[in-house]
Amino acid sequence: MGTGKNSKIAEIINNSKEELLENWLKEQKKAKAQHTELISEGELRHRSEELLSLFVRGCLSGLEDTSTEAWSEMRDFLSSISRNNARQGFSPSETATYIFSLKQPVFALLRQELSNEPDALLDEIWTVSKLLDSLGLHSFEEYQRGREEIIERQRQEMIGHSNPVMKIWEGILTVPLIGTLDSERTQVIMENLLQKIVDTESSIVIIEISGVPTVDTEVAQYLFKTVAAAKLMGTECIISGIRPQIAQTMVQLGVAFDDIMTKTTLADALQYAFKQSNLDIVQHQKRA
Amino acid sequence: MDKIPILKLKDLLLVTIQVDMHDRMAHTLQEDLTERVVQDGVKGVLIDISSLEVVDSFIGRMLGNIASATRTLGAETIVVGIRPSVAITIVELGVTLEGVHTALNVDKGMALLQSLIKTSSQEKGT
Repeated sequence: MGTGKNSKIAEIINNSKEELLENWLKEQKKAKAQHTELISEGELRHRSEELLSLFVRGCLSGLEDTSTEAWSEMRDFLSSISRNNARQGFSPSETATYIFSLKQPVFALLRQELSNEPDALLDEIWTVSKLLDSLGLHSFEEYQRGREEIIERQRQEMIGHSNPVMKIWEGILTVPLIGTLDSERTQVIMENLLQKIVDTESSIVIIEISGVPTVDTEVAQYLFKTVAAAKLMGTECIISGIRPQIAQTMVQLGVAFDDIMTKTTLADALQYAFKQSNLDIVQHQKRA
Repeated sequence: MDKIPILKLKDLLLVTIQVDMHDRMAHTLQEDLTERVVQDGVKGVLIDISSLEVVDSFIGRMLGNIASATRTLGAETIVVGIRPSVAITIVELGVTLEGVHTALNVDKGMALLQSLIKTSSQEKGT
């Protein structure tokens, strides 16, 4: 394919840019490529116009490969659109259709311009189709990457926020565990807990596990480690909130919390902790 | 420095380990400690390891040995000042400090020691 031919596409598109833009927008609307409530018409028009001119610029520099330097502007622009789409909650097909919906108006335009050169028309259509496909794939990949970033960020946030260590009494800490325990989380919990023990000089820790869905041998192992580390710091651990089903599973699995004090509820554990700390709860008689 | 100073404080001995231990030093400490327990007739030993950044299986075993040796001589051993990072390493390494009592700091260690001495003397009394 010679350069003369290449510039023809760019030229054709450039000459009828306005018309193409109108047709494309119409096409997008027809295909419901974009949520109308998520993006305003003006914004969509502006974006599509920008994209079209970048496309023309790309076509002028080379039609073979969209991964070249010449297309980088176009790629970056698409990336930002796709990532935005991922953040705003557009569906994957909406993101992909955005680029693909450009095909029909461009094909129609080419057909109109090259109506008496069928061979050239076929070539051009093939070239444009290839280009748009690769751009579509690119935008889809970026969309996916955007989604993965969101998931990763949420995971990090969850790890950061879901392991509070609270002081509920002088010398008594509690760690409510919610969700599945894995080695990474256990590590974070252990670090937080041990640091808090040092900071508050606590002597008793209540580990509340009613929010842990299952306790298998692995989770038990993590709990043992935490308890052992806390014990090295001179702190006694009480595990509370073991549900009946969990107790049964643990027995069936042969997991035993032999050396660890276990209680059914946080209240029981707290009562035990008070006793260990030589504290008494006294109910005062109401004065008449 | 190849000898670790042992301080007598009322009825207990206080040892602060501030340098990395090697075989001979650990051995000397063990000997010195057992001798002093007998000589001073103390009821408890406090070992402060808050300046240690690494506790490996060697030190773990040494602490265990000291604890069982002093217990035979009628004195409880309490290890105090284990740092959070050290505690995690010990657990991850699977080192068990068997027969060793632990406490957060010297203050708490002394309190624990007092209560241990009290219970053991009560047991012996009855």
